[in-house]
Amino acid sequence: MNDFLEFFSFADANIRYVTLGSVLLASSSAVVGCFTLLRKRALVGDAVAHAVLPGVCLAFILSGTKNPFILLLGAFITGWISLVTIDFITSRSRIKEDTAIGLVLSVFFGIGILLLTAIQHSGNAAQSGLDKFLFGKAASLVGEDLIAFAIVAVLLLVTTIIFYKELTLLCFDQAYAKTIGFPVRLLELLLTTLTVFAVVVGIQAVGVVLMAAMLITPAAAARFWTDKLHLMLVLAALIGAFSGVAGAFVSYTAPAMPTGPWIVLIVSMIAIFSFAFAPKKGWVSRLFRQRRNKTHILEENLLKLMYQLGEKKPGFDAPRQLHELLERRAIPQKEAKAGLKRLIKQGYVERTPEGWKLSSQGQRRGERVVRLHRLWELYLTQYLHLASDHVHEDAETIEHIITPELEQKLMEELGFPVMDPHSARIP
Amino acid sequence: MILQVENPVVEVHDLTVSYDRKPVLWGIDLTLPAGALVGVIGPNGAGKSTLIKAMMDLLPVGSGYVRIFDKPIDEVRNRISYVPQRESVDWDFPASVFDVVLMGSYGKLGLFKRPRKADKDAAMEALQKVGMQAYADRQISQLSGGQQQRVFLARALAQNADIYFMDEPFAGVDIATETAIIELLRTMREQGKTVIVVHHDLQSATEYFDWVVLLNMRLVASGPTEQILTQELLEQTYGGKLTVLTKVGELLRKQEFPSREA
Repeated sequence: MNDFLEFFSFADANIRYVTLGSVLLASSSAVVGCFTLLRKRALVGDAVAHAVLPGVCLAFILSGTKNPFILLLGAFITGWISLVTIDFITSRSRIKEDTAIGLVLSVFFGIGILLLTAIQHSGNAAQSGLDKFLFGKAASLVGEDLIAFAIVAVLLLVTTIIFYKELTLLCFDQAYAKTIGFPVRLLELLLTTLTVFAVVVGIQAVGVVLMAAMLITPAAAARFWTDKLHLMLVLAALIGAFSGVAGAFVSYTAPAMPTGPWIVLIVSMIAIFSFAFAPKKGWVSRLFRQRRNKTHILEENLLKLMYQLGEKKPGFDAPRQLHELLERRAIPQKEAKAGLKRLIKQGYVERTPEGWKLSSQGQRRGERVVRLHRLWELYLTQYLHLASDHVHEDAETIEHIITPELEQKLMEELGFPVMDPHSARIP
Repeated sequence: MILQVENPVVEVHDLTVSYDRKPVLWGIDLTLPAGALVGVIGPNGAGKSTLIKAMMDLLPVGSGYVRIFDKPIDEVRNRISYVPQRESVDWDFPASVFDVVLMGSYGKLGLFKRPRKADKDAAMEALQKVGMQAYADRQISQLSGGQQQRVFLARALAQNADIYFMDEPFAGVDIATETAIIELLRTMREQGKTVIVVHHDLQSATEYFDWVVLLNMRLVASGPTEQILTQELLEQTYGGKLTVLTKVGELLRKQEFPSREA
């Protein structure tokens, strides 16, 4: 608790720097990542991230300093070359994009590691810390470095906002964008450049290897919560920022813990949580929907059974025993009882000393299910020319989902029929 | 039979288009009259979509040129509108129906500018014309095929262009949508607009279009519907593949030969 207060009072300048740095880096790459994701080029970020390493090493070898601007420039150049190479390979050869990405990623990363090893064995004292690029160094973001990367991060955010309309159209419908005279090639170049910059600043926080996660994961998680692009951008930025702060906090309380991997772990946990619990699209809400459908089907089946019994032994409101229902249809007894109890609660069924009986509303609903079943059977035999002994199974499910409008339409198309294909009356 | 017109809105001159060096359109030469409803018709793989894409400079052309309103297309972009094939975009994109229709104003707005109130009004009007105003706030992934097509059409209407290129607007839509679209196209023609439609159904073609372009890798015919949709010309278009032409195309691809010298 003490740690918590100490951290979030931001009294320590170092904490302020690290937090601010992580938030800016994580949120700016998340925003750019949204467009990369929507353009279906999620893997490209990974290629750029790996291709940045040789640039950093070369910049260091040539300049002999760790000046952040020079390293950034080197990173930018090789990152950018890698993207151009991928585009070149895909457009000029039979090699598909995924293969091209794999090729470029490994070749550039291989050269990067080679250069890094050479630097480390060169005995140059200034080189210490260069390997931080592999896994990030969010915890040591201070002073000059921080200012440089903060500027780039803010620039990224501003550019994305300025080109919001253009980037959106580029991602949604590139051909259309071209026909209305948008400079599509330039916009593509812009998005490529933004992606490279996002990666270049992002690797400061989480490093080359984990950078793809910072670009894509917040966007993927945000997509689960909203169908509006501007909200998706804001959400992705917030998710990125939150993981930035949380990662910084973890490595503050447990100094042995690295910041970058923690940021990635947290953002991944948020993504998994989103996949599971987001409304509508999440896994849990899907499960709920399936369960609800199941009880809906069970309840309607019970009403239908009681109605059909009423057809056989006249008197729709006569009380029935449970075994009478189960003779006609194999429903596990426990489920059937639970279903009947729910129907009592909803007012469709009444419990009398002699047995279960339909209320007037229950009769109406049971009648409707029977009607839909027989209508659908008739429709299948008439319009799809299916044999009358093949239509029952299909009607068993369709009877539960037909809407009143579709019912009306069915009635009209079939000419308000009286009999189904099995010569049963359509109620 | 290829009829040429005076003062054409679209002029295609000796157009050859190749994919991967294999020509899919050979030396197309045609002119289209203003204010016509034009149907581009031919079998699968005849190059119908390729032709209209090449007209709008969406594809690199091997030879020839296209002029619209007697100007290169880049000078008249704000007067043309494109309705791509429905399947060409990802409908799971995070956007509402209104967002997509509003894109129709982007061309006139140019870069950086945000859509203004007037643009939003125009988008809403366009939605009304296709009978989708009730769906303005709907997420586009929830639309049926016919509704998606109407949204694309509304986006084109919001552009308020003079010439429209539509790629298979009748493919996979319900009867109600088909009738609504053709009604709309006729209204547009009455307003003096030119509409060029890629179409695959021969039966409705007679009824829908007043100018027809028959295509099968090369231009078979172009002219007023009643003169073009004849047994003989249709047989030329649909009957039998041009085996030699296809084989020569294959050869160009395999040998990596240019389709034009130098």
